[in-house]
Amino acid sequence: MLIRPYGDRLNDGAVQLSFTLPLDASGKAVEVAREYVLRLGFESCEVAHASPLMEGFTMFVAYGWTNVSIDPDEVEMDPGLYERSMDFHEVNAFIKEKIERKLVVVGACTGFDAHTVGIDAIMNMKGYDRHYGLERYPMIEAHNLGAQVPNRELLNKAVELGADAVLVSQTVTQKDAHLVNLRDFQEEIEKMGLKGRFILLLGGPRITHKIALEMGFDAGFGKGCLPETAASFIAQRLYERKE
Amino acid sequence: MGQELQEAAGRLGLDAEKIARARECARRIAAPIHEYISIHTTISIERSTLRALGADGASGDGVPVPNLAVDSVKGELGKGAARYYVGALVETGWTVEEMNLKLASGYELSRAGVVDKAGVERKAGELTRAYCKRVKDNLAFRAKKISERSERENSPLLYVIVATGNVYEDAKQARAAALQEADVIAVIRSTAQSLLDYVPYGPTTEGFGGTYATQENFRVMRQALDEAGDEIGKYVRLVNYCSGLCMPEIAVMASLERLDMVLNDAMYGVLFRDINVYRTFVDQHFARMVNALSGEVINTGEDNYLTTSDALEAAHVVLASQFINERLALDAGLDHSLIGLGHAYEINPEIENSLLYELAQAQMARDIFPKSPLKYMPPTKHMTGDVFRGLVMNSMFNLVSKISGQSIHLLGMLTEAVHTPSMQDRFLAIDNARLVMKAASSLGDEIEYKKDGVIAKRAALVLDMAAEFLERVAESGLFAAIEEGLFADVKRKPDGGKGLEGVIEKADDYWNPIQDALESELFQADGKGGD
Repeated sequence: MLIRPYGDRLNDGAVQLSFTLPLDASGKAVEVAREYVLRLGFESCEVAHASPLMEGFTMFVAYGWTNVSIDPDEVEMDPGLYERSMDFHEVNAFIKEKIERKLVVVGACTGFDAHTVGIDAIMNMKGYDRHYGLERYPMIEAHNLGAQVPNRELLNKAVELGADAVLVSQTVTQKDAHLVNLRDFQEEIEKMGLKGRFILLLGGPRITHKIALEMGFDAGFGKGCLPETAASFIAQRLYERKE
Repeated sequence: MGQELQEAAGRLGLDAEKIARARECARRIAAPIHEYISIHTTISIERSTLRALGADGASGDGVPVPNLAVDSVKGELGKGAARYYVGALVETGWTVEEMNLKLASGYELSRAGVVDKAGVERKAGELTRAYCKRVKDNLAFRAKKISERSERENSPLLYVIVATGNVYEDAKQARAAALQEADVIAVIRSTAQSLLDYVPYGPTTEGFGGTYATQENFRVMRQALDEAGDEIGKYVRLVNYCSGLCMPEIAVMASLERLDMVLNDAMYGVLFRDINVYRTFVDQHFARMVNALSGEVINTGEDNYLTTSDALEAAHVVLASQFINERLALDAGLDHSLIGLGHAYEINPEIENSLLYELAQAQMARDIFPKSPLKYMPPTKHMTGDVFRGLVMNSMFNLVSKISGQSIHLLGMLTEAVHTPSMQDRFLAIDNARLVMKAASSLGDEIEYKKDGVIAKRAALVLDMAAEFLERVAESGLFAAIEEGLFADVKRKPDGGKGLEGVIEKADDYWNPIQDALESELFQADGKGGD
């Protein structure tokens, strides 16, 4: 079945756009904005508003109507990490029943990255938005090593603590700084002979499952990931391995 | 003091005696720290001292001259690096500029004792006076511009951030923001600069998540903002980060290049960057004396607590930290008008009456710190990427800020949690704030808070908890409290963290002409600094 964006009628193809052009605000600039939206492939366009930002720059709010359709069935997506998520109680029950021991999870914000807000949301006692963090899971022993942890130090600690899973958090992705660091992480794993030893999770606001797999992780979590999403994955993957 | 307490009881009718007790606890907490501070120096303080005396530049492979100079007399730093640097100037007869070039190309300071003591003191006096003059001229220039041009300023001051990584792009974006009526521009630093034990040299065009703080970058930004300010008839304030392992050095650089505000928190480095406790406390004191001489407003970082702790549950820790930051800042010679205590709008917006709790916290801070240019930080933790809801949250934040009379208002970006702000995001933020604040211009004056209402009760509760918390910290000592994780749920051991090796016990004959000048300017001139 083909679908299009929905404004107020099925398949009317209405899309809201907002963007800035390097032009002074003028009647001409509005026309340029409208024409630009048409060139994006929209059938028609209405420029609802133009704000001058400073000399040489104008912001537009525009609506475009498109004939482009898509068949949802032709789009593939990785098996839903999020759909398989259990809640806090279910995860703990699952671990207790199926794995029959506490899981050890070590996490850190690695390399130069100093932004712990993500790893803290997943691991710290309080968690995020009333979803408890891993530290509060009775069946998980969680160690949050904090920010700017060198890859080798994280792996040494994971070995020392007998970790089942290692969580790597990367927030700064400007100029692909994270990829350099993640490659180094995998090299360290190779060097230390730890390949396959841990379940590896990668997280961050601009991380996707696809990036994570490419970088040698078992799963990647971006926006919308809650502590239980990560905990569910670890528990289920460990159980699969055990089987 | 009596009158201040009356004011402090303020609009929420808070218990003035409790506030006084909290201040007394902060004093007890600070006292032992000062004992430690007074008998120690750090490599960063020594480098700062040389910077103030004129050391600048870098070697071919990028090692800054202040590092080269200080490292060449390592082991003797208990006596202070100044005697060796100035001693070499006297001995060789080189100018400061010549000395910088020599040091950059491998010349080492002699560790031998000073021969011509009188000559060295004379030279040091000359260089110190030149530094103080430049700083005071900067201060006078700023004061004049602000008094001439205050009409165009927003109240609170609207503060935006640029973070391109390239100082020349930053300058362009800052100019755009200034033309759009922003009052204060902060340049975010490249990630992890706080952990470098040196300050990079020269202009930089490559940074991660921000732009390196260098003296040349400060100069480029200063010039851009002065030009934009002249165009629109306003003094546009420049901000950078006086934090991390080079806190005192950044302070000196900021004083030379006329920065107007610096982020400077007494505990931030310890809690959020795992910098050693001793290093941090010794460094912050020197840095804040420099800030005080320069008339720079410090911005403390209590907002950061709320990124790791829950904003409702940790509200009292924010207040407690404000009391401690205030005390340590006063002790470093900063006047109340230069102590921009921080806090943030970070309560989960889904909680019923969240706006009332935010207002309680903001009004409480205003009532307890009536003379502080309070720095209010926007929602970040509960921003989801839904830019439409983000705009609503920012509007609520703007409203609370206006009603409660905040002083420095960091604008929230609707694209928080999505990407670093684009030009239109900043425009929308400024537009939003100006609209809300104009619409609610006198609302704060109209409001009388209901006695025993939700807001007054909430503020009283937070004050109670903060006072109790401070009692506990005063009992155990600040270092032990940090070790226990009482602040922001982060635990730090006193001898752990980065930079402890850079803390040095002062010898009996420690000599630091810059520190002497700071102390005499700040503490002896007019009794400023106490309260």
